[in-house]
Amino acid sequence: MSAGGPAGRSGAHGPLRGREPFPDAARRALADTQLRQNLARATRTIRARRAEVVGEVPDWEALREAGRAIRAEATQRLPELLETLEAQVVARGGTVHWARDAAEATRVVVNCVQATGAREVLKVKSMTTQEIGLNTALERAGIRPVETDLAELIVQLAGDTPSHIVVPAIHRNREEIRQLFRQHLPEAPAALGDDPQELAAVARRHLRQKFLRAPVAISGVNFAVAETGTLVVVESEGNGRMCLTLPSTLVTVMGIEKVIPRWRDLDVLLQLLPRSATGERMNPYTSMWTGVTPGDGPQTFHLVLVDGGRSRALADPIGREALRCIRCSACLNVCPVFERVGGHAYGSVYPGPIGAILTPQLTGRPGDRVTGSLPFASTLCGACLDACPVLIDIPQLLVHLRGVARAGARQGRRPPSPSTLAMGAAAWVMADGSRLGWAGRAARLGRRLPAAGLPPLARWLRTRDLPTPPPETFRAWWARTRRGRS
Amino acid sequence: MEAAAGHARAIRPPARRAIPDGGPRSAATRVTRIRVALLATCLVDTLFPDVGRATVRLLERLGVDVDFPSGQACCGQMHVNAGYPEQALAIIRNHVAAFSGAELVVAPSGSCVGAVRHQQARVARQAGDLALARDAEALAARTLELTELLVDVLAIEDVGARFPHRVTYHPTCHALRLLRVGDRPRRLLSRVRGLELVELGDAEVCCGFGGTFSVANPDVSAAMLGDKLSRVLATGAEVVTAVDVSCLMHIAGGLSRLRTGVRAMHLAEILATTGDGP
Repeated sequence: MSAGGPAGRSGAHGPLRGREPFPDAARRALADTQLRQNLARATRTIRARRAEVVGEVPDWEALREAGRAIRAEATQRLPELLETLEAQVVARGGTVHWARDAAEATRVVVNCVQATGAREVLKVKSMTTQEIGLNTALERAGIRPVETDLAELIVQLAGDTPSHIVVPAIHRNREEIRQLFRQHLPEAPAALGDDPQELAAVARRHLRQKFLRAPVAISGVNFAVAETGTLVVVESEGNGRMCLTLPSTLVTVMGIEKVIPRWRDLDVLLQLLPRSATGERMNPYTSMWTGVTPGDGPQTFHLVLVDGGRSRALADPIGREALRCIRCSACLNVCPVFERVGGHAYGSVYPGPIGAILTPQLTGRPGDRVTGSLPFASTLCGACLDACPVLIDIPQLLVHLRGVARAGARQGRRPPSPSTLAMGAAAWVMADGSRLGWAGRAARLGRRLPAAGLPPLARWLRTRDLPTPPPETFRAWWARTRRGRS
Repeated sequence: MEAAAGHARAIRPPARRAIPDGGPRSAATRVTRIRVALLATCLVDTLFPDVGRATVRLLERLGVDVDFPSGQACCGQMHVNAGYPEQALAIIRNHVAAFSGAELVVAPSGSCVGAVRHQQARVARQAGDLALARDAEALAARTLELTELLVDVLAIEDVGARFPHRVTYHPTCHALRLLRVGDRPRRLLSRVRGLELVELGDAEVCCGFGGTFSVANPDVSAAMLGDKLSRVLATGAEVVTAVDVSCLMHIAGGLSRLRTGVRAMHLAEILATTGDGP
């Protein structure tokens, strides 16, 4: 990200990079017991709903495989599909912009808004605009972005950042939301309760006025159909439908990997996404638009295609699988690590298992101590792979990116780090039966050594005991009792 | 795309033998004796030899001939998962060589068998060693986790064990999701005399070990372990069992620190027991 770029935060921090490595951020998050309770309750609810609606689909596994094939084809044919998409959008009255990175993308969007003279823009919840730091860039240009998704509004009012891809305010409970609304929304009555319907009604009154006035809206997309040039947004609240139809100008920002080849591919993806994301059979609102329709909806339409590290990720034959992601967040909701620390600990707008494989690839700095720590933020339990609707082998990608992170950290470093040396020594022992036998005997001799004195083990031992080396290894027992028998 | 390879139900174990139902089987009921090479795993070898001994005792009681190829050391999973695939290569090479003469390999570990089946060949291929990748694939196809050997190959669920205790079973992640061992361990436990099997709440949630994860992210790991321990204690079980000593080491480390008196035992230790005490 260039200096003075859209991230707007100090130094190297930004929407994709936190301030500290994951273990440190996670330790801080774990201390927040309210956060842990909020997350445990919310993820448990979503998990149960997802399990129910996935369980009722008889051909779920076949659907996943179909989804995988569609998304894999899209990444394989990406350049060609993007050109088709561009041609279709242009033929139907839209304007297409190509942006290499966040800086270019935000500049394009700001220019589009400035051309209308608007000082306030409506926003439909969009991960790509979060990724490029669009709100900060708009504010810097004197334009006020108004988030219209309820959870994004909560996050915006709190001066907070989203902690989940689909449920950005998952870290907040209703009492915290009640207080925020009382503080920031003039429509909130003094006696506002914490009933979800009451809270939603206040936000609705607040937003309705904005919908009726604002001349410009900014959205992301869930899918972009190359063959027809059709863009698709799925949502639950109807705010998206308002933004996509009422303003006279619409600017849509999409990561280039969101393209899919054919209209009929939506048949598969629109079944997979809502069930995986919110545990709904079908989301309440699905909006689709193709270019400009005279006399109906926005009469000026801009589509901004953002690369933002995706081409580089595409060049990695293993890592590229992450670009199949349809941002459903099922992997976040089933991840035991995410459930305990929440999204902020990842320091990226893309948290959880998918964030841990997307973030280091999009930022493209494999040796970085912050983003490079993310692939290690997993026990490799595999729950994410089981939940993924497009069969991204997240555990395998995590392992691959761990190797990339180690190699990146090694570059130009001399002498090797203590952990590299230790693992090298361990590999020497573990690559030979007799050496391992010797090490087993040595461990027995050293069984009284104070392991707590070794820094990596000190934290382990704070809550756990280590096993005592046995008096005899299995190998030694076998040799003693079976010699000559087998 | 080898996308789904990671959680493939790849292996087809040797065909199930037709043996009539009822009672523990022995070599006498089988036409040919089965011979297996024990992949003890580095953890069992050096830290939990009792589990290796129990596995041998159990298999021999069921009429299986057991070898221990002494060249074996480790499967390489720790190095691969810690981001050192190039260091793991020598470990994998040693593993494949050590078991090259074995017809059938069995390990008391879902995680190590998971590495053998889903990781070794891939690492070799990515390093450009195609010959090793081919050999690793062939070895993977004849490597079984202990409960797979018992239930699928020997077709035995009642192993003749007696263990009069209240036991809860933790399905370890790699046995559950990489190998899909399913209810094989539960079926074996349910036939143990005197054993009362109590269901573990949130059983399929990881215990937080994750190999080097527990060292690199000790706080998250401890938080996950804490939740697992409360679930174990809520069952009122005297013993928590699993098919992996790595996860059990983690759970046992927490149980011991809390002085709960609850024991962690590998499934093989329970199945090998015919007397009255754990």
